[in-house]
Amino acid sequence: MLGIVLAIFLGILILVLAVMAVQNKNIVVAIIAAGAVSLFASVLYLVLAAPDVAMTEAAIGSGLSTIIFFYVLNKIKRQNG
Amino acid sequence: MVKNTFIFIILIGVAAIMLNLFAGFGASTELGTIANHYASKGIEEVGSANLVTSVVVTYRGFDTLGEVTILFLSAAIVGFFLKVDNSDNRNRQLKYTSEILNTASQVLVPIMMLFGIYVFINGHLSPGGGFQGGAIIASGLVLMFVAQPKKEIGHRMINIIESISGVSFVLIGVVGIILAGGFLDNTILSLGKFGTLFSAGIIPIIYIFVGLKVGSELTGIALSLKENQNEA
Repeated sequence: MLGIVLAIFLGILILVLAVMAVQNKNIVVAIIAAGAVSLFASVLYLVLAAPDVAMTEAAIGSGLSTIIFFYVLNKIKRQNG
Repeated sequence: MVKNTFIFIILIGVAAIMLNLFAGFGASTELGTIANHYASKGIEEVGSANLVTSVVVTYRGFDTLGEVTILFLSAAIVGFFLKVDNSDNRNRQLKYTSEILNTASQVLVPIMMLFGIYVFINGHLSPGGGFQGGAIIASGLVLMFVAQPKKEIGHRMINIIESISGVSFVLIGVVGIILAGGFLDNTILSLGKFGTLFSAGIIPIIYIFVGLKVGSELTGIALSLKENQNEA
């Protein structure tokens, strides 16, 4: 029962953060929100008993891809400015 | 206005399809034929305590090879498009990172590397495996890139590690055709005692190579991007 409540709560949180990532005008905030989506998604996978997928999501989704987005953003800013 | 109407119509259409799927969904009470085979025969055929690993590495070994190939391809394309011009890289100015990040990275990076290695060596016993372990190692190295931009890792070393582990992965698969039942069959070595580190045949060795390959590929992507920061 607690697992279901936690899963629904995490699902709502992921939806809110995903809308924030799409709608926010500030790209830095959008990237961090997208990383937080992955972070909470990995917690959700753990709640739903898929630890293998949760590990991948935490390492790649919220760790590496966020940093890669920042590197790319920095590069684009330098080329435009 | 027209655009919004279109979006609304498409959303309604997707909702109708999803409603159909939702109405037809019923939780099944027993496993399908293939899943049943994996769950009941997996332990005696593969001998891996983590059933996910026995499916990923042995029963569906070809899929893992495909995933690794896709990752290799994307890393190669990133490396191709982000060629580093070393001529004016020597005397570029780097901003100093914050003291907190620097100190924390010195403590965390070795622990993250160690945990990544633990995850892929124990892939057949506990959750995780080559892909996850490699991603954790790459995360640790990327943290080091962010915290200490002056530290340099050669592309050459990364490429050598990646090539050797990729070739070894395929060679182990081919040896499986000769000595055991087929490509990437894990019974080349004896299955050993169930649940110990040296069990499940060749799986731990395959996972070491997969972990090194994934880790070096992801590190290579981040390294190419990092070295391109001060261009322009």
